[in-house]
Amino acid sequence: MTQVTDRATRLRSQAAAGISGFARNWLVFIGAVAVWELATRLAASVFFPPPSQIVTTAVELWFSGPASQLFLSETVFDHILPSIGRCLGGWAIAVVLGVGLGTALGRSRTGMEYVGPLFAFFRAIPPPTLVPVFMVLFGLGPGMQVATIIFGAIWPILLNTVDGVRSVDSVKVDTARSFRTPAPYWIGMVVLPAALPKIFAGLRLSLSISLILMVVSELIGSLNGIGHELISSQQQFDFPLMWSWIVLLGILGYGLNAVLLTVERRVLRWQPTRNDDG
Amino acid sequence: MPTMLEVTGLNHRYGKGDGAHVAVRELSFSVDAGELACIVGPSGCGKSTLLRCIAGLIPPTGGSVRLHGDEVSGVPDDLAVVFQDYSRSLFPWLTVARNVEFPLRWRKLSKQERAERAQEALDAVGLSGVGKKFPWQLSGGMQQRVSIARALASKPALLIMDEPFASVDAQTRFELEDLLRRVQREQQSTILLVTHDIDESVYLGDRVLVLSKSPATIVADLAVDLPAERDQIATRESAKFVTLRGEVARLLQGGPAAPETAAETSDEATATADAAEWEATEEAAAETGDSAKEASH
Repeated sequence: MTQVTDRATRLRSQAAAGISGFARNWLVFIGAVAVWELATRLAASVFFPPPSQIVTTAVELWFSGPASQLFLSETVFDHILPSIGRCLGGWAIAVVLGVGLGTALGRSRTGMEYVGPLFAFFRAIPPPTLVPVFMVLFGLGPGMQVATIIFGAIWPILLNTVDGVRSVDSVKVDTARSFRTPAPYWIGMVVLPAALPKIFAGLRLSLSISLILMVVSELIGSLNGIGHELISSQQQFDFPLMWSWIVLLGILGYGLNAVLLTVERRVLRWQPTRNDDG
Repeated sequence: MPTMLEVTGLNHRYGKGDGAHVAVRELSFSVDAGELACIVGPSGCGKSTLLRCIAGLIPPTGGSVRLHGDEVSGVPDDLAVVFQDYSRSLFPWLTVARNVEFPLRWRKLSKQERAERAQEALDAVGLSGVGKKFPWQLSGGMQQRVSIARALASKPALLIMDEPFASVDAQTRFELEDLLRRVQREQQSTILLVTHDIDESVYLGDRVLVLSKSPATIVADLAVDLPAERDQIATRESAKFVTLRGEVARLLQGGPAAPETAAETSDEATATADAAEWEATEEAAAETGDSAKEASH
């Protein structure tokens, strides 16, 4: 009897905590949208359409397709999916290269001494400035865009991996050596897991860089994609359309980060501190 | 019993020329198969260097180490080390069972055989039900038992333990000492255990090797003729135990081995030795040594 009421109270308090958590997370956001709606309606500027109009344009733009395509419009297939593909493709290549190179360099005693200054120099170059270079090298199109994304996204991954694989505890090094751990097991079961928290920090940073560079490279030189559509809607003075592309970029950035965070939480479940918020 | 470990004329020096620090000098001893030998020495005497040389983690600058007759160069195949700092030695990203399975991963064993052997090792240290937990979810004493199980799972010819119970509380330490003696007898393992604790070395060992201050050399090799079945209270109260620990303490002080001296001085020596044991620095140890000499004049 008391157990039942206990459980009911607990459920109710959990529900209350859930609602208040949701409110904390989203109240300011919803408020900001409401203020935006009000302000844009009052101002009635063509450059700043109200959010409701942006949403209507966006829904029309993305979900006007036939049922056979899950109502997704041609725009989705012609521009959005290629953009996401280039962003994630470039990022994935940067991850493989960055983690691979970073592990090799971090575990080598002198590797970083040779390439450290070179990396510091390359990392200091703002990646968008290399778009013209890659345009010459690869021409207009996905090659140039993917190259720009890789060049911008690789540094946080590479340097965090170097840092992470170097921080393997000396007692764990001795433990692994005393068991004569063969290299693949040493790297796969000791070095990389020890470096994972730092690698993930690099992955998150590089994912947002990838999204930025995807747009920037498309703004400058592309025949399709979100950035291309964004700049052409601006040139055609179609401001609701322009804003709907900007909103889409916000949604994409939020979504990609949320997915990566979920993956991170699962992969790093073993971390003692992580279990509190999990 | 055949000889399992044979250390001959071992030397280790850090650095070169005049600034070189000699950590181990002309050290020789052997351990028979199935024996539990304790090495006891003052803090900073070079115990860890000695262990690292025997385990093949660092090449000694002189002398030789032979494990079941084979010259050791690099880490030998059938050796396991249990470190003092269990929380840093266990892999936090692997569950307890996977930690114990770790040294078996690259052996030719099926997944099931591997799991069975890990389970056996966990059973042997009395941790049957915690395989799915992560190490940090266990108490310190349990974590050290996991690392003992991991070492046992690899069925080493020689198990080296570097101050294995120095980081757990006294109660847990007694439990772990009894557990180690039981497991050692059940599995007929050969164990070389290093400690700075005089009582522990006498209680645990079949033999106690006493090291000098740095550079480490063996000053005495004492057989512990206590019964195989030991009891934390009765054994530690027995006359034999008290005499032995007195003898070890006196040897650690640098004095002559004189087991038949009056009980008074023996007590005094042990008391100062105990105090010295807790003083981390060698200077502190030297000072108490001096005052003990003065007191006995």
